[in-house]
Amino acid sequence: MNNENGTLFAPSSGRTKEREKRRSPWWEVWRRLRRNKAAVAGMSVVILLVVVAVLAPVLAPYDPNQTNIKMRLQGPSSEHPLGTDNFGRDMLSRIIYGSRISLYVGFVAVGIGAVFGGILGAIGGYYGGRLDNFIMRCMDVLLAIPQIILAIAIVGALGTSLLNLMIAVGISQLPRYARVVRASALTVRGQEYVEAARAVGASDARIILENILPNCMAPIIVQSTLGVAQAILSAAALSFLGLGIQPPTAEWGSMLSSGRQFLRNAPYLTFFPGLAISVVVLALNIFGDGLRDSLDPKLRQ
Amino acid sequence: MNGPLLEVADLNVIYKTYEGTVAAVNGVEFSLEAGRTLGLVGESGAGKTTTALSIMGLVPSPPGIITSGSVNFAGKNLLSLSEKEMKKIRGNHISMIFQDPMTSLNPVVTVGVQISEALVAHQNLSEAEAEKKAMEMLEKVQIPGQRYREYPHEFSGGMRQRVVIAMALACNPGLIIADEPTTALDVTIQAQVLELMRSLKEEFSTAMIMITHDLGVVGEVCDHVAVMYAGRIVETGSLEQIFGNARHPYTLGLFRCIPDIEEETSKIRPIEGLMPDPLDLPSGCPFHPRCPQCMDLCRTVVPGVLDDGGHRVMCHLYGKGGAVHG
Amino acid sequence: MADLIKVENLVKYFPVAAGNVHAVDDVSFAIKEGETLGLVGESGCGKSTTGRLLIRLIEATSGRILYRGRDIASADKKTLHDMRKEMQIIFQDPFSSLDPRKSIGETIGKPLEIFGMGSKREREEMVDALMEKVGLSPRLFYKYPHELDGGRRQRVGIARALSLSPSFIVCDEPVSALDVSIQAQILNLLQELQETMKLTYLFVSHDLSVVKHISNRIAVMYLGKIVESSPSLELFSNTLHPYSQALLAAVPIPKLDRKRERFILSGGVPSPINPPSGCRFHTRCPWKMDICSREEPPLTDRGGGHFVACHKVK
Repeated sequence: MNNENGTLFAPSSGRTKEREKRRSPWWEVWRRLRRNKAAVAGMSVVILLVVVAVLAPVLAPYDPNQTNIKMRLQGPSSEHPLGTDNFGRDMLSRIIYGSRISLYVGFVAVGIGAVFGGILGAIGGYYGGRLDNFIMRCMDVLLAIPQIILAIAIVGALGTSLLNLMIAVGISQLPRYARVVRASALTVRGQEYVEAARAVGASDARIILENILPNCMAPIIVQSTLGVAQAILSAAALSFLGLGIQPPTAEWGSMLSSGRQFLRNAPYLTFFPGLAISVVVLALNIFGDGLRDSLDPKLRQ
Repeated sequence: MNGPLLEVADLNVIYKTYEGTVAAVNGVEFSLEAGRTLGLVGESGAGKTTTALSIMGLVPSPPGIITSGSVNFAGKNLLSLSEKEMKKIRGNHISMIFQDPMTSLNPVVTVGVQISEALVAHQNLSEAEAEKKAMEMLEKVQIPGQRYREYPHEFSGGMRQRVVIAMALACNPGLIIADEPTTALDVTIQAQVLELMRSLKEEFSTAMIMITHDLGVVGEVCDHVAVMYAGRIVETGSLEQIFGNARHPYTLGLFRCIPDIEEETSKIRPIEGLMPDPLDLPSGCPFHPRCPQCMDLCRTVVPGVLDDGGHRVMCHLYGKGGAVHG
Repeated sequence: MADLIKVENLVKYFPVAAGNVHAVDDVSFAIKEGETLGLVGESGCGKSTTGRLLIRLIEATSGRILYRGRDIASADKKTLHDMRKEMQIIFQDPFSSLDPRKSIGETIGKPLEIFGMGSKREREEMVDALMEKVGLSPRLFYKYPHELDGGRRQRVGIARALSLSPSFIVCDEPVSALDVSIQAQILNLLQELQETMKLTYLFVSHDLSVVKHISNRIAVMYLGKIVESSPSLELFSNTLHPYSQALLAAVPIPKLDRKRERFILSGGVPSPINPPSGCRFHTRCPWKMDICSREEPPLTDRGGGHFVACHKVK
C-alpha cells in the first residue's frame, strides 16, 4: 500500500481481475442513511406499502368492487376490519387496492416531472444566458399558477383519465425540479471536471447527460421523495373533486370524496383513506429528509 | 514571570468519526517563552491546527475529544477552565489569526467595529475609547485610520489580513496563534504581511505560534521550529538547529523536496509514499513506511525523544529506543 | 527544434458591468517542441486564462495561436475536436477536476471512448497501462475520487490528459494544491513523462521555485502582459524587470543565510478593469520615471533571448 506511489513505474501488480471491488458513492449514502432511524422507518413504511400494492390480490380479503347492499355501511367488525361503504364494499380491500393507484400515480407523476424538469433545468443551468432565461421564465409562469388549479386546468383540457391525471400532476410539479436542478447545474458547470470533459472533446449533450445530471441527482432524489407525497395528495384532491379516478375504481382520494356524505354516521369511511394518505405522505417526507441529510456532502466525515 | 509562557504537555486529541477514531494529536509537547515565535510545520493532517485549537479550547466537540494532556498558559491549565473562563482568555490573552481573511471577517460589519468589539468586551473600554484604540491599531498595520468605517469587501486580500492582525493584537495578548496566515496571499503580498508581523511582534513583544506548511515562511519569522508528522512532534529546536542541522529523516526530506531557487539542481528528491491514513496510523514510528533509513526497530517501537541542548529528535537513529508516549 | 506552438498578440477581455477585464492583453510567445515554458505571476495576472486560451477552452478576443504552423484560434468545430487529441490540460485542483460520480477507470477511459478508440475491453487495457505509467496501481480502477488522497487524484488527472497521447499539455498550477512532499513526486513524474513521451508543456504557476525547476524558459506576467521572458536560469541569475526582482525577492527561502536582498513592493495589484496607463507596473515600481506612466515599454530583446519590457532597463 505504502509503496505503490513510490516509484514511477510500479511493478505491474494487477490486471483487470485483481482490481479492488466496485464501491459506488451510493453505498456510502446508504451507510449514512442507515444511521438515521426515522429515515429508515419512513423507508420501511414506503417499501411495505409498495409490497402491499404489488400483492393486493393476495392480501385483500374481498373483491374491492364487489357490492353487497345488505352489508352497506357496516362499522368495523371481525368480518370487515375497516367496515363497509355505502355499497357494501369492503373498506380494507378497497384501501389495499387503492394503494396501487395512489402509489402508481405518485411515482409516475413524479417521474414525468423529474425527468422533464430535470432536463430543462440542466440545459438552462449549463448553457446559461438567454436560453436559461427563457426556460426559467416559463417555469415561473407555471409556478405563478397554484399547482392544484393548474392540474385542474390540464385535466379539464385533456379529459379525465388516469394517464391525464398523472400528466397533469407531473406538469404541475415540473418547475420545482427545473429549479433545483438548474441551481446545482450552475455549480457543477463551474467545476474543473466539466472543463476537463470539454478539453477531451466531449459534446455538450454528453456533458449534460454524463457530468451535469449525475451530479444533480442528490437534489432530484430528495425533491422526488417529497414530490411523491405531494403528487399523491394532488391526485387525491383531483379525485376528490371528481376530476381524477372515476368510481368504482378504488383510489384513496375518491374514497375520501364519496365517504364525505356519510361523515356523521360512518366517519370511518373518510378516516381510513385519510389515514392511509397521511401515513404515506409522512413516511415519504421523513425518508426524504433523511435522504437529504445523507446526500449532503458537507456532512461527509 | 517564571518559566515559559506556554507549556503544552502530553496532549492527545482524537476525533470520533463514522469511519473510526482519528488520532489527530498524539502526545504533543512543547513550550514557548514570552515574546518568542514558534513555527509549527507539517503537511496536511499532521495535527498542527488541532494542536492550535486545543490551546484555544476550540476543538469542535463532537467529534473531537482531548483525551489527556495539559496546556499551561501563564500558570493556568487552560484545559481545566470552564467555557466561561476561556471566553475571558480568548481574544484577550490569546488570539488567533486564520488562513482566509475573507471568511474570518464578518462581511456586514465595518472593520473598525470588528476590531473594537474585543476591546469593549475584554478591556471595559467605552465605545469612544475603543474606536480611538481601533483606529490606532489600523494605523499600526499600515491602514489609514479613516478607513475605520469601511466594510471588509472594500479591502484587498492583503489589507484584510492586516485587519485580522489588528483585531488579534487589539487587546495586546500574550500569545497569538497564526494558522497559515499568508497561505491565501500572493507572494509579494505575503512578503508585506510577514514583514509587518515581524515588526509588530517586536513592538508588542507578543509570543506567537506560526502554523505553516512552508519552511520558507518559518525561516522568515520564527525563532523556534517544531516539525509535526502524524500528530507527533518529530523534531524541535531553535531555527538554527533545525535549519542548520536537521536530523530527523522527515525534516531532511522536507528540505530536500523543495526546489531550490538559489542553487542549480536538476532533480528534487521527494519523500516517497503517501501521507499516513489518520484512521490507521502505522505502528512504531509513524514515518517508518516512508523513511529511507527505516530499521526493524522502527516498525514496532515508537522512538523516544533525544534531547541535545534543546534540539529534540524523535528517531531511533539517534535515540536508544523505547516508547516514551506511546 | 521548431516551435510547436506560437502565440501572436493574444488578447482576452471579459466584459463585466464596469467595463472590460483586461485578462490577457497582447501577449506573444513561442514554445519549442519538447520544452517547457513556465508562466508565472500573481493571482489575476492572466496566466491561467492564457493557458485556457491556448487550448481553446475559452475563446480569444483577438490574436493568433499557431500550432505546428496552423492557426487554431480560428479553427472550426471539427478541426478543434481533432485538435483535442494533440493538446490537453492538467488542472490545479485535484478535487474539483475529477467527477465525483465516476470511477477512476471511467474518468481516464472517457477520452478514449469519446474518440472511439478500440473496443471496451481494449480501452480498459489502455487505462491499466496509463495508470501504471503515472504510478497508480490498476487495482484502483473502480475506486472513486473521494477514496484517494490529493497526490493520487492528481495522478488520475495526469493519466486522463495523457490518454489521447497529446504533444502539448497545459499544466495549470498542477502542484499548488498538494502537500510539499507530494508536490515533488508529481513534479518528478511530469519531468519523466516529458522525457519518455516527448511532451511540450506550458507550466502555469505562481510558485517561482517550482517554475524554475521545471522550465526551460520562463515568462513573467503582470496584469495581462508579459513583462520579462528569458531562459530559465538567466532569469534568476540576471533578473532585469523590477517586478520580477520583487517577485523573486518575496519568495521565502528555508535557509539561514539568504543571499538575496529584501525588496518588498508596496501596495497591491491594481484592478484589471482599468489598468494603469503606460507601464502597468508603474504604480508600484520603485524605479518609476515620468515616461513610465505615459508610454508603454515594448518587450525587447536584451541579448540571448532575454526579453524585458521596462524603460529603465537599457
